[in-house]
Amino acid sequence: MLKIENLHARVEGREILKGLSLSVDAGEVHAIMGPNGAGKSTLGNVLAGRDGYEVTAGSVTYNDIDLLSLAPEARAAAGVFLAFQYPVEIPGVNNTYFLRAALNAQRKVRGESELDSMQFLKLVREKLKVMHISDELLHRAVNAGFSGGEKKRNEIFQMAVLQPQLAILDETDSGLDIDALKQVAEGVNALRSPARSFLMITHYQRLLDYVVPDFVHVLADGRIVESGDKSLALKLEEHGYAGIGESHPAGAAA
Amino acid sequence: MSQPASSPLLASLLDAPLPPSSGVAWLDAARRENRASFAAGGLPDTRVEAWKYTPLRALGQRPFASGDAAAGARAVDPSILALPGVDGPRLVFVNGVFRADLSALDALPAGLTLQPLSQALEGDAQPLRFALSRHYREIGDAFARINAASAVDGVVLRVAAGTRLAVPVQLVFVGAAAEADLAWHARNVIELGEGAGLTLIEQHAASGEQAHLATLVGDIEVGEGARLQHVVLQDAAVGASLVRRSSLRLHARAQAGLHVLELGGALVRHDIRAELVGDDARLDTRGVFMPHGRQHIDTQLAIRHQALNTVSSSNWRGVASDRARGVFRGAIVVAPGADGSDASLGNKNLLLSPGAEIDTKPELEIYADEVKAAHGATVGQLDERALFYLRSRGIALAPARALLTGAFCRAVLDDLPNEALRDHLAALLIAQLPMAAEQPS
Repeated sequence: MLKIENLHARVEGREILKGLSLSVDAGEVHAIMGPNGAGKSTLGNVLAGRDGYEVTAGSVTYNDIDLLSLAPEARAAAGVFLAFQYPVEIPGVNNTYFLRAALNAQRKVRGESELDSMQFLKLVREKLKVMHISDELLHRAVNAGFSGGEKKRNEIFQMAVLQPQLAILDETDSGLDIDALKQVAEGVNALRSPARSFLMITHYQRLLDYVVPDFVHVLADGRIVESGDKSLALKLEEHGYAGIGESHPAGAAA
Repeated sequence: MSQPASSPLLASLLDAPLPPSSGVAWLDAARRENRASFAAGGLPDTRVEAWKYTPLRALGQRPFASGDAAAGARAVDPSILALPGVDGPRLVFVNGVFRADLSALDALPAGLTLQPLSQALEGDAQPLRFALSRHYREIGDAFARINAASAVDGVVLRVAAGTRLAVPVQLVFVGAAAEADLAWHARNVIELGEGAGLTLIEQHAASGEQAHLATLVGDIEVGEGARLQHVVLQDAAVGASLVRRSSLRLHARAQAGLHVLELGGALVRHDIRAELVGDDARLDTRGVFMPHGRQHIDTQLAIRHQALNTVSSSNWRGVASDRARGVFRGAIVVAPGADGSDASLGNKNLLLSPGAEIDTKPELEIYADEVKAAHGATVGQLDERALFYLRSRGIALAPARALLTGAFCRAVLDDLPNEALRDHLAALLIAQLPMAAEQPS
């Protein structure tokens, strides 16, 4: 589904990704772990198409298309979703209105019929139950005045409504207390399916207690330096990032 | 500091005869006095601080006919008078002339006095003396001078002490197409008695294309403990010049909320002068100006805190596109003795085109103790992070811009209680945007 090869990317003239390679198949959950500054968030932003991230070498193939050639909205319509580390507050734009506009924009690109407000409401009600989101949150402006936990839950709720094929969760666990973390994890687990893949970017293995990954990769200094199964996360928890990858100098991929 | 009195605008206005005697000596005297000042001072040029960003040279070169003898018979599309959520007493003026046929004055609620100034002057004029006997001494007040000299009609509105009106009162000033460019004037006097409550909808509307010059001067007194909600929808003809001056006085514990939408007009100037003269008075002002094409829209907001624990909060937004220009000056003075006051003023602006310009100037002067004050102004583009967020969810760049710009303008309506009216006004704001068609459905 997703094949990243030798990806190099710069931000503000500084090289952050230095030859990152990774393959993700349908239905798999991959965790990307690594110390601060390793390039974890850069990877998420490059995949989602944020301005200011310059790819200087390498390729990203998603369902046989060149993902990097697409505008952010086209990537979304193709099924790529980024759950933001810092979801943006948009005062004045109603959460429900925003989400329906987004879903219908995607559906239009895919040649599907747009949902009217009744159909959309029905869909939203179904998803609300799973996500522990109160009705009231829907009527507020997008993320405006939301607590940290509410913002993260709102990201997962958007994911549930938009039904992406590839979900990239950028430090979705950061800043959450244990109850919020469990709720977010429950939401993610409910969305796991044989057709949907996840890339979970995280600093701590805590989230992985609740969303058990198929593969764990360690990202350090702009590339994947070690890959393994969930036991690798436990090893990291025990020993930290120091010493990881020393015996595997470059680009190990799953 | 002024243009020669021979400018075509001045010559044409001074050529018109004085209005017939009102039969009220002090009023006739005030008219003569203001007319003499207007003749001597002319129009201010941009060296006058209050007109620094609004040049009047082009306007001064145009002659205007005074009065519209045919105003009583001009056809007006009734749909421009209709507003969702507004169905109550209504007073309508066409080119400055009262139109009973378009107004709704039957069965006024108890405690409400609503009549055209021309009728009010036939009765006891004394209650109007404070407002109408004023002599404008500053050259910057040139339009108030010509208004005081020439206005023969306008609104007299009083809400008796203790009367809280459930229905909104609607005032509509229509500029209607005529055989020539007209100068017309309206003078409004509005009073809320102690503990009174009023929702006031003031509309400036267009019936056909025209390039008239209109001046409106209004005085609003908000009595002790009274509450005023005042919504101004300015959607004048694209060629019209509109100069307004609104003075507000808030007495003890009075509360006033003002929402202003400046959409239409070629040259638009609005001076708002508010004085919080009673302890614990509160004023909230919200406004948005959206010049496009070659429009020039200038708002001058001056708020004076003169009593203890008075509160003002002001939140204004500007959106300029094409080659349009917006001007905003927000000046707050906390006078000596107005201890414990709280004043905040914000003006955020968006420029949608490289040729558009917005000049903003917040000013704060504090002469009292234990005052909380904050002010800020920005001119910029849309938030890139928010744009990317929307795009990452599938909304393309153009509709994402439209969505954010619409939200930016609509924010000034957030605290407007009348939901039907709020939705209607929000739709008008969106329709005014150059990228209105891009708005997600």
